[in-house]
Amino acid sequence: MRRVLKLLRPIPDFLAAIGRRAGFFWATCAAVPRTLRRPGTVVEQIFFVGSVSVILIGVGGLFVGLVLALQFYTALSRFGATSSLGGLVALALLRELGPVLTALLFAGRAGTSLASELGLMRATRQIDAMEVMAVDPMRRVVAPRFLAGVISMPLLAGIFSAMGILGAYLVGVKMMGLDSGVFWSSMQHEVSFRSDFVNGLIKSAVFGAACTLIAVYEGFHARPSAEGVGQATTRSVVISSMAILALDFILTSFMY
Amino acid sequence: MRQSAALEVTTGLFVVLGIAALFYLATKTTDYRSIPGGQSYVVRAYFNNVGGLHVGAPVQIGGVTVGRVVGIRYSMKRYQAVVRMALRDHADHIPSDSTASILTQGVLGQQYVGLSPGGAPTFLKNGSTIHFTQSAIILEHLLGQLLTHGSRGKGK
Repeated sequence: MRRVLKLLRPIPDFLAAIGRRAGFFWATCAAVPRTLRRPGTVVEQIFFVGSVSVILIGVGGLFVGLVLALQFYTALSRFGATSSLGGLVALALLRELGPVLTALLFAGRAGTSLASELGLMRATRQIDAMEVMAVDPMRRVVAPRFLAGVISMPLLAGIFSAMGILGAYLVGVKMMGLDSGVFWSSMQHEVSFRSDFVNGLIKSAVFGAACTLIAVYEGFHARPSAEGVGQATTRSVVISSMAILALDFILTSFMY
Repeated sequence: MRQSAALEVTTGLFVVLGIAALFYLATKTTDYRSIPGGQSYVVRAYFNNVGGLHVGAPVQIGGVTVGRVVGIRYSMKRYQAVVRMALRDHADHIPSDSTASILTQGVLGQQYVGLSPGGAPTFLKNGSTIHFTQSAIILEHLLGQLLTHGSRGKGK
């Protein structure tokens, strides 16, 4: 009997972990309306999570586009269907690769810095000091970062996809000699505004919310030591990467 | 003060860049411009078989898109599929005896409705029905016919 209970032990632990995160999510959402009255803090955070990631995301998108176009071109040329290269690349980028890869890069670039920043604030007792001064840390620290993540991610995903399409253009048209009119028209024919572009935007906004929330939660609840900050940072990357991939499957199965 | 101004400028740059990228994607790579805008009117056509026609497929005259398929349903009264099409108002002079046929773009392409204009002096209007239709060509049926014909030929 005791053994069975011991085996079942992880289940309530897991549920409790989910419950704590859901409560944190709720508290963050409740703090958002107050934060909107102080847009300055949000702008500052958009700089720290969004602007600094632009170069990484842009270069990443460019190379993903270059590689995609190269691979698709060699595969399509076997069937003599290279004219649909543009449509294929654009679909892949707008539906899947743009939102998902941007979110993964974002978790590595901005998520870690959020988690370690908040972990350090916790370790140096800045969060406790705020509470003592009757400043709500949810409102001053957590909510602006959450909002900044939700706003930045679709913009970053847009930059990623646009750079990817530029890369595909360079390979397809400039390198392989595809006609540029064929390249663009196959794209406009394949890609639908409502079901591909808008769904991609929704996806990336959801990923942005999940990513920043996980990073901020792990940092906020880090053990107040140097080791704890390190662990929180690692955990934030691992959990957000898994959450992004799982959420992507769920969202995709609803959307398409 | 200087530092915060620089921060705001960089943030602004990022936001402008992001929105520009999204705008570029929406207009340049999607079918945003061909979404039916403005006024349209709906006509109906009955088909024996719609094949792989989807809602949202284009309706074309002479290769130019003049509307979209907005609904495909089964008609209990006629045991046929009824396809509703929204045609744009600027294409409102289509003779009422036109023929609607379900065609395929290329060998494996998407299916669409092609209208071939007739010669009647009256025009299609909102709610009217296209009487002359040609169903989708199902490749399997065609193949089946070909095979049975072929074997019969051999038997003779």
